Amino acid sequence: MIKTRLIPVLYIKNGLIVRSEDFNYHQMIGNVVNEAKRYNEWNVDELIYIDISRESSYDLRRDDHKIKSYSTIEEIVKTISQTCFMPLTFGGGIRTIDQIDFLIKNGADKITLNTGAIESPDLIKQASEKYGSQAIVLSIDYKLIDKKPIIFSKFGQSDTGIDVFDWIKEIERLGAGEVFLNSIDRDGKASGYDIETIGKVVDSSRLPVIACGGAGDSYDFVDLGKETKVSGIAAANWFHFVERSYPRAKQLMKKNGINVR
Amino acid sequence: MKVGVVNYGMGNIASVCNAINFIGFEASVINSPNELEKCDKIILPGVGAFPVAMKNLNELQFIEPLNKIVLIKKVPTIGLCLGMQLLFDDSEEHGINKGLGWVKGEVKDLKKEINLTVPHMGWNRLEISKESNLLSGIAEDELDYYFVHSFYCKCENNSNVIATVDYGVKMDVMIQKDNIYGCQFHPEKSQKSGLELLKNFCKI
Repeated sequence: MIKTRLIPVLYIKNGLIVRSEDFNYHQMIGNVVNEAKRYNEWNVDELIYIDISRESSYDLRRDDHKIKSYSTIEEIVKTISQTCFMPLTFGGGIRTIDQIDFLIKNGADKITLNTGAIESPDLIKQASEKYGSQAIVLSIDYKLIDKKPIIFSKFGQSDTGIDVFDWIKEIERLGAGEVFLNSIDRDGKASGYDIETIGKVVDSSRLPVIACGGAGDSYDFVDLGKETKVSGIAAANWFHFVERSYPRAKQLMKKNGINVR
Repeated sequence: MKVGVVNYGMGNIASVCNAINFIGFEASVINSPNELEKCDKIILPGVGAFPVAMKNLNELQFIEPLNKIVLIKKVPTIGLCLGMQLLFDDSEEHGINKGLGWVKGEVKDLKKEINLTVPHMGWNRLEISKESNLLSGIAEDELDYYFVHSFYCKCENNSNVIATVDYGVKMDVMIQKDNIYGCQFHPEKSQKSGLELLKNFCKI
């Protein structure tokens, strides 16, 4: 049977890897390529990179000796795909098919659309017709409002009023191949996954769902894997700060009967 | 030694070349049929739809030179993902379309046969039907490979099947006929187990 994937997510801001909290506070953690090497050594299932830089250009001043920042996303994608032989997903700020062409040409296997797809749903159709549904991941950031998951776009700042379930039906029709579901409420809180919402989303769609937001302990992965049929379990911050976090989490999941690699 | 990666406008040429170069062999992107002659190994990669792939191979006039180099000169050749599906007689993707016909069998629609999530996306463990030099040195518990596909191959002759995966239906995911190999999964995206397999192929 197909295995549950455990996926580290790396947030890139101005060419550096950062830790995120509340979608707002960002602490610089390290060099993009060094981090990639570490995950490569851990033999991870897959990596997701999201560029959350808010300025259109990269900060080239931060070129000190300790942590090198990368000046363009092109450089990042190229360098990572030369050393990492696992599925690589890139996203953040994608608004045009040209940006997608560029990422895929440089070594991305999948791309994520978020605000760009809400502003222009046709981009999903265009991209999936060109590269196949399997390459188009829809990233959805939500908050619970009156117990209903509502989508927030533009770095989780703007209330779109769109219900997550309605949107997933729409994106499936337009040709999306996978959902990357993020709880804004739980970002950086280490309080566990929003199992109830994730379970409902997984059961409502035939698309594979990767869930993110809230991991604070490797038992959180076990709980989510046991209680839902989620395809991928993702986390960002947790992997950065815990020694040998990834292989240890996999071991624990295996021990608890979750089918992992 | 030159490993030719056929560029017919479908998919992840860069990833395949990166993997070949990483394991210490020389990948060469083959953009036109006359460059096939210089290759010691051929890789047919592929991401996308079957009819478009065959149309591109036709329009770029790859088919005759490929037949010659694969079937007559018997250069070791491997099809990856869509590239494997092209090796067969025909596919059900967007109507019935003819493939290269190097291996007897057909490519079928997963959605018509199972109720599970399609595409079959993620890591799955190979079930070995027959020993293969491509899997030598890879331990039994390392036979997890990365899959992304919505159609699957069914060989006419079981003797061509190296490995299968059960995803509601039994799929032939690794095959060999003489010098021709195929993998439904992406070895170039399957970490160490994938790189090891590609290394074995390059060493044939």
